[in-house]
Amino acid sequence: MKDYIRIGAAQGFWGDRPDAPVDLARHGDCDYLILDYLAEVTMSILQRQRQRNPDLGYATDFPKVAGSLAPCLKEGLKIITNAGGINPIGCARAVLAELAKEGLEGVKVGVVYGDDILDQLPGLIASGEELQNMETGEPLEGVLKRVVSANVYFGAAPIVDVLNGGAQIVVTGRCTDTGLALAPMAHAFGWPLDDYRLAASGTVAGHLLECGAQASGGNFSADWESVPDLARIGYPIAEAYPDGTFVMTKPAGLGGMVTQAVIKEQIVYELGDPRNYISPDCVIDFTSIRLSDDGEDRVRVSGVRGGDPTAFYKVSMAYKAGWRTSGTLTYTWPDALKKARKAREILEARIAHLDLKLDDVVFEYLGVNACHGSLVTIPDEASINEVVFRVAVHSMERKSVERFGYELAPLILDGPPSVTGFAGGRPKPKEVIAYWPALMRKTAASPVTDILEN
Amino acid sequence: MAENTRRERLLVIAHARSGDKGDMVNVGVIARSEAAYPFLKKVLTAERVKAHFGELVGGQVERFDMDNIGALNFLLHGSLGGGGTVDLRTDAQGKTYAAAMLRMELDIPESLLD
Repeated sequence: MKDYIRIGAAQGFWGDRPDAPVDLARHGDCDYLILDYLAEVTMSILQRQRQRNPDLGYATDFPKVAGSLAPCLKEGLKIITNAGGINPIGCARAVLAELAKEGLEGVKVGVVYGDDILDQLPGLIASGEELQNMETGEPLEGVLKRVVSANVYFGAAPIVDVLNGGAQIVVTGRCTDTGLALAPMAHAFGWPLDDYRLAASGTVAGHLLECGAQASGGNFSADWESVPDLARIGYPIAEAYPDGTFVMTKPAGLGGMVTQAVIKEQIVYELGDPRNYISPDCVIDFTSIRLSDDGEDRVRVSGVRGGDPTAFYKVSMAYKAGWRTSGTLTYTWPDALKKARKAREILEARIAHLDLKLDDVVFEYLGVNACHGSLVTIPDEASINEVVFRVAVHSMERKSVERFGYELAPLILDGPPSVTGFAGGRPKPKEVIAYWPALMRKTAASPVTDILEN
Repeated sequence: MAENTRRERLLVIAHARSGDKGDMVNVGVIARSEAAYPFLKKVLTAERVKAHFGELVGGQVERFDMDNIGALNFLLHGSLGGGGTVDLRTDAQGKTYAAAMLRMELDIPESLLD
C-alpha cells in the first residue's frame, strides 16, 4: 500500500479552465481533487442569485464538473470543493442529480454549512460581537444596513468529519482554501487536528495549491518564456506524506513546470507577516519552510512549524458601496497620447458643467502607463501608435453615474480625430460591492455537517 | 576596495509576485541567486521601496525578511483605493505591482550580474 496521497488543485477560482479537473484526474494520478470557487466578492453575487431563486446560490459550474468526473469517481477519486457558496445543500443535490444522469448511484456527498451568518448579524451584535473592520477599526453600524453577505471562514475540521463519515465528495460553504487541502491529509493519515505542526504543513500545502496553476508555471515572473505548453498546463499536485512533508509536482504528460523558483513565487502570494500566517486551524511560520529538489518537476517541502490557532474566526462581509461605470476609446497616430489627454480635459469640463456628483474619477492611457503610472518614462511621445483611453467613475448616487455614461460616445463626433473602438453601447451603472473583514469569537458560530446520498 | 557596479534594473537579479490584501498590496521579491539575497536585504529598504512607488502607494511600507527562501515580502499599505472590488483602476488588485517593483534601477555589483 502506498504511504502517500496525491491532492490535485483543479480550479484556482470560479472562471478557471473548465476541462482542467478532468485533465488533472486523468493525467495526475490523484487521490483527491480540490476545487476553489469562492473569491471574496463571489459570496455577495451568490446571495443575490439565491434571493431571485432559492435553489441557486452556489457555483453552478461544479455539478457539471462533478458529472464530467464520473468515470474517475467510479475508480475512487474523492473531490473537495467550496462550490457550495451560500447554498451547499442545493449544490450537493445538483451534484447528485448530475451523477445520476451519468449512471452513478450511491455516492455520498458530505455538506458543510453554518458559515452564512447574514440573518444572525443583529443577534451577534446584541450578544457583544463588534465585527469592526479588522483593517480600519471602523464599527460595523455604519454599513450594517447595506451588508449583503456575511460568512465565517471555517477550517479543516468539519471537512474531516464528513470524510471520516464516508463522503466521497465534499461540498462546503465559506471554508478556507487551505482547509480543503489539510482535511484530506488529516483524514487519510489520522492526524489529530490539534497537532499544529502537521496542521501547519497541510495548511502550507493548501496555500501553495489554492491558486491552481500559479504553482505549476502559470503567471511565472522569473522566466515565463521557458514554461512548456501553457495551453495544456498541468495543474499542481501536492504529494503528501504522513510525517507532514510533501512534494509539489504536476502531471507528467501535461505542460507547465514545478521548480523552486515557481514554488517560491506562490509562497509569497498574498502573504502578510510570514511569521504569523493565521488560519482557523493553526498559526504558521512561513520562515520555517524548507525547499529542496526531488527530481524533475518535483520540489520537496519540509520543516514547517506552526502553533496554536487563535480564538477567532475571520468573517468576510460584503456591503453595497455605491455605483460605478467605465468605458474606453482608442486614439491612433498622429499624436495619439495628446488626443487622449484632450479627451480627459473635455470630460473633466463636462463633469463640472453638468455638476455630476462623482466622488472618484480615474483616467488611464492603456498601452502607455495605465498600470505603473509615474514609474514609466515616455521617451518619445510622437512614436506612440495607439492609446486606449479609459475612464472610470464612482458615485454613491446611481443617477450621476448613469448620466456620466452618456458622455463618452459623443467624443467620437465632438472631440479629437482618429478615434475608434466605441462599441457595446453606453457604459451602464454597476453596483459596487465592498469588502468588510472582521473577527468573531469561535464560540459564536459552529459548522454544521450532513451527508446526502442518491 | 569598493567593487565595480553597473546600473541595472532589479529585474536582472530578482523575480516577484504581487497580490491584494484588502486595501494593501503585497509584493514578494525573490533573489535569483543566493549571492544576490544579502545585496537585496541591504538596498531594498522599506523607505526606498516607498519612494520608488510614488503615487501608487498611499500609506506606509513594511518589509518582512524570509532568509529561508531568499525573499523579502513588502506590504504596501493604502494602495488600492479602498480595496480590490472598489478601486477604479485597470489593475484594481495590484497584480502588476510586482513588475512595477522590478523596474527599480540599482547600482548592482558586477559579481552579481555574471
